[in-house]
Amino acid sequence: MIAYLPHTEEDIKTMLVAAGINDIEQLFADIPRELVLSKPLEIPEGLSEFEVYRRMQALAAGNRVEPVSFLGCGSYQHIIPSAVAHVLSRSEFSTSYTPYQAEMSQGILQGIFEFQTMICELTGMEVANASLYDGHTAASEAAVLALNSVRHSDTILYSSTLHPFTRQVLKTHFSNLPVHLEEVPADNGTTDLEQLVERLRPGVAGVVLQSPNNLGYIEDLSGLADRVHENGSLLIVSANPLSLGLLKSPGEWGADIAVGDTQPLGLPSYFGGPSVGYITATEKLLRKMPGRIAGQSLDREGTRAFLLTLQAREQHIKRERATSNICSNQALAALATTVYLASLGRRGIREVAEQNLHKAHYLHGRLLKETPVLALHNRQFFNEFPVVLPKKVAEVLSGMEESGFFAGVELHCLDPLMPEEALLIAVTERRTREEMDRYVEAMKEALS
Amino acid sequence: MSEKNNPLIFELSKPGRRGYRLPDLDVPAGELSSLLDPGLLREREPKLPEVSEIDVIRHYTALSRRNYGVDLGFYPLGSCTMKYNPKINEQVAAFEAFQQLHPLQPESCAQGTLALMHELLRQLSEVTGMSWGTLQPFAGAHGEFTGMKLFKACFQKRGESGRTKVLVPDSAHGTNPASAHLAGFEVVEVHSDSRGLVSLESLKEHLDETLAGIMMTNPNTLGLFEEDILEISRAIHDVGGLLYYDGANLNAIVGKVRPGDMGFDVVHLNLHKTFSTPHGGGGPGCGPVLVSETLLPFLPVPDVVKRGDGYHLENNRPDSIGRLSGFYGNVAVMVRAYAYLLAMGRDGLARVGELAVLNANYLKERLKDSYELPYDRLCKHEFVLSARGLKEKLGVTALDVAKRLLDFGIHPPTVYFPLIVQEALMIEPTETESLEVLDRFVQVMKTIAREAAESPETLKQAPTSTPVRRIDEVLAARKPIVRWHPEEQS
Amino acid sequence: MEIPKDLKYAKTHEWVRVEGDVAYIGISDYAQEELGDIVYVEMPAAGDSYQKNEEAATVESVKAASAIYTPVAGTIKEINPELENAPESINQKPYQAFIFAIQFSDASGLDELLDAESYQKHVEQEKAGH
Repeated sequence: MIAYLPHTEEDIKTMLVAAGINDIEQLFADIPRELVLSKPLEIPEGLSEFEVYRRMQALAAGNRVEPVSFLGCGSYQHIIPSAVAHVLSRSEFSTSYTPYQAEMSQGILQGIFEFQTMICELTGMEVANASLYDGHTAASEAAVLALNSVRHSDTILYSSTLHPFTRQVLKTHFSNLPVHLEEVPADNGTTDLEQLVERLRPGVAGVVLQSPNNLGYIEDLSGLADRVHENGSLLIVSANPLSLGLLKSPGEWGADIAVGDTQPLGLPSYFGGPSVGYITATEKLLRKMPGRIAGQSLDREGTRAFLLTLQAREQHIKRERATSNICSNQALAALATTVYLASLGRRGIREVAEQNLHKAHYLHGRLLKETPVLALHNRQFFNEFPVVLPKKVAEVLSGMEESGFFAGVELHCLDPLMPEEALLIAVTERRTREEMDRYVEAMKEALS
Repeated sequence: MSEKNNPLIFELSKPGRRGYRLPDLDVPAGELSSLLDPGLLREREPKLPEVSEIDVIRHYTALSRRNYGVDLGFYPLGSCTMKYNPKINEQVAAFEAFQQLHPLQPESCAQGTLALMHELLRQLSEVTGMSWGTLQPFAGAHGEFTGMKLFKACFQKRGESGRTKVLVPDSAHGTNPASAHLAGFEVVEVHSDSRGLVSLESLKEHLDETLAGIMMTNPNTLGLFEEDILEISRAIHDVGGLLYYDGANLNAIVGKVRPGDMGFDVVHLNLHKTFSTPHGGGGPGCGPVLVSETLLPFLPVPDVVKRGDGYHLENNRPDSIGRLSGFYGNVAVMVRAYAYLLAMGRDGLARVGELAVLNANYLKERLKDSYELPYDRLCKHEFVLSARGLKEKLGVTALDVAKRLLDFGIHPPTVYFPLIVQEALMIEPTETESLEVLDRFVQVMKTIAREAAESPETLKQAPTSTPVRRIDEVLAARKPIVRWHPEEQS
Repeated sequence: MEIPKDLKYAKTHEWVRVEGDVAYIGISDYAQEELGDIVYVEMPAAGDSYQKNEEAATVESVKAASAIYTPVAGTIKEINPELENAPESINQKPYQAFIFAIQFSDASGLDELLDAESYQKHVEQEKAGH
């Protein structure tokens, strides 16, 4: 028996007769003989469901997830309400296709509309799309949006404090296009805004910054939007949306476009994927936004209804003139974020953000006071901070792992310009005081 | 305006309601102002809803019941391969040991997932007849973009940057030319001939040293196998070009024919099509890219490699096109696809291709008397009908047929694609549908054809049994409303 | 299908009305019908300059987005204010609802345009090709 195939021998006979064909091989008669495989593929034979389960269990056992994690750097372990998994398990959602037939897809469409609303509220912006692949590719799409909106522009300025992967993805995205990418240096851990402003000139479409940035530091963007706008350019801010429960939103900073990743809102790390990229913007950029957008309208009886709109911008209509080739969004993953935000609500998101702040500062305080660990820079942070150890991080990590901790991210691995002693530590609301106290003790031991 | 009792979550909001209880803060809470400058704090509260947990569950459960998935019924969307999504895949994908894995964990602690990714790549390479690849692209279109960048990198390395043109058949999906363009290529359309296949004549006009290559899918979007493929790949290779395979239609030939053997240099797959992972209402998907030996050095980083002591992420690839995504791709989708491959195995996959094609030909033969069949010949896993005759004689369009299908609880086929067929209806049943399901579809389609002749108004008014009727797309595009506004709350 | 004799036409379905050194550009009856209900018109800014055959505007319907090319190089003199709130005017009166007016110095681009008769033939050819 082969799984998931319902045909009986009799079914096949009936169908062959109706199709006017003698045997199955004739169905492939239009294929040159030399192309039809004559021997089986070199993959194992199929298994029963139970055997699949056992095999996957064995594979999963090769992963270690018991150590308490203080890893961040773009993927975070947060508390996820049980409602999220429950809603995602509704197979009317998970086994549905993109809602091109709106009348029978009101569920997912309304879900997307709610997502768009919530992400607009968090980021303080006016319009949003139905999500993009991840925060890093979203930053590229924002750069494209800026280049398409500012006439006679070909340059994007971006901060060196963007996540290293965001910078790499930007470079890959534009490597074959006539676009000039210019990196603006940091000044003690945050963007050197003076340098940034100096580089504003005709031809600059937009400026991309991240806050909290790649070191977890919060960037003070006061006055920046005005300077950027004076130059006729757009301000693009990449922001961890969970931090926006507390921190000033890109909209409040005067940004034209906000991007980021909603993985911290309802999604597990899952070795990096899926996550959910978001892009929000001012209303006047709406018609150039990439990707799918859910809109509100009326049906023939005047009932409010939702549908995918502004599709004329998309690749399936504009084809090679499309400004983006993106076809899909992260629909189901975006729904996880929607359910998360609905569950936490406006007060819950504030509470979660505050807990992150306080817990991170607790650990930071104890480490700096009680161990030889030093702060990398003297900047304000949200739930992630870099420290300098008296030894190389590589020498400390395995000891910490033995004590039951993934102590943090070795910054030198992601960015060779970082010292080998620099460790990026993330603390979320999921970490308990008891875990942090043990961490401090383990660190003392590892450094002795 | 009547809402028919279908509120937005924001409209259920009541100040003071909370939907989730967090653990209490167990560390001292200092004054906010001592930790952060007040200027860094947000001033305007985000207007997220305030609802209770039961509201959340009821609201989204109600929404799910206003949605349609493969688990509810037939979904013959051409080029989408809406096959059954096995539930064991969901169960194993939910293992904590897969979910909680952080992408920057020590590799020694991620050997399970790394092994899975490696073995998945190996099996996908074998299925496609390619040498190796990457799992990073998040979707088919992302895979196409990757493929085009691989082309660019290869030619740049060879010092052949004059190769600027990529050929795309006029029947291709819109992402093809869009992706080529984004990688810096000029797109040139190749015409289809009367057979519905790539015209060799049209192709030969472009065989010169400015040719980078061609993007094709085989079978094509009409569901027809490009019989001249060996001649095409020879011709392109002879002038130093490369061939890109859009794997959207792989379900027709999986286990029977391999794109690598046809001469393709780059192949992208859609795990959410051929390999059964759920479409999720539009994502997340996974679009792995497999390549021939020529293109191996240019693959994105990191690669997943196996070395004596285990599996590793390898970044040392000097000629790589770079990073395409933040981490390693949609791993949760890879886990599901791998479980599917484990269940199907080599014999299962071969059967998939056979039965997908059998189902399609069966439907085609049974429907061709009720609808126009522009290409009346052996098809692969999908075929295209045309409602052009209905439109000319009865004023009824492919859209009207599609909307009427909704009233019968069946998701319509793809409409108005490919562009080379007027009033197109592209039907792909997939191999997981039974004879009974197919027969019911035939019966419904014949009923609709009869209604078109006898009472076209029924189609024009359709759908009438869905939660909403036909929606004003023009209004939506003229005055776009893409979010709820607080002032609207009554 | 209307094709006024006093206008000139581009193969890309723009109509052109010349008044001195200003060319008024819109889209033909055939073009508006092919597009369907027009939902939005992206217009250039007055004062901006464009090259000959450069894309200066976009007309969007639900199913397509059509680029509008200026037949001559010049500077945008005015844009049609009606189109911001009533893009459907193009469907209703395609030859009155101009999209933009461009002031040019070099008229050579105008010679490449078709007259009504040639444009009609061109449209018939396109229709047959479908």
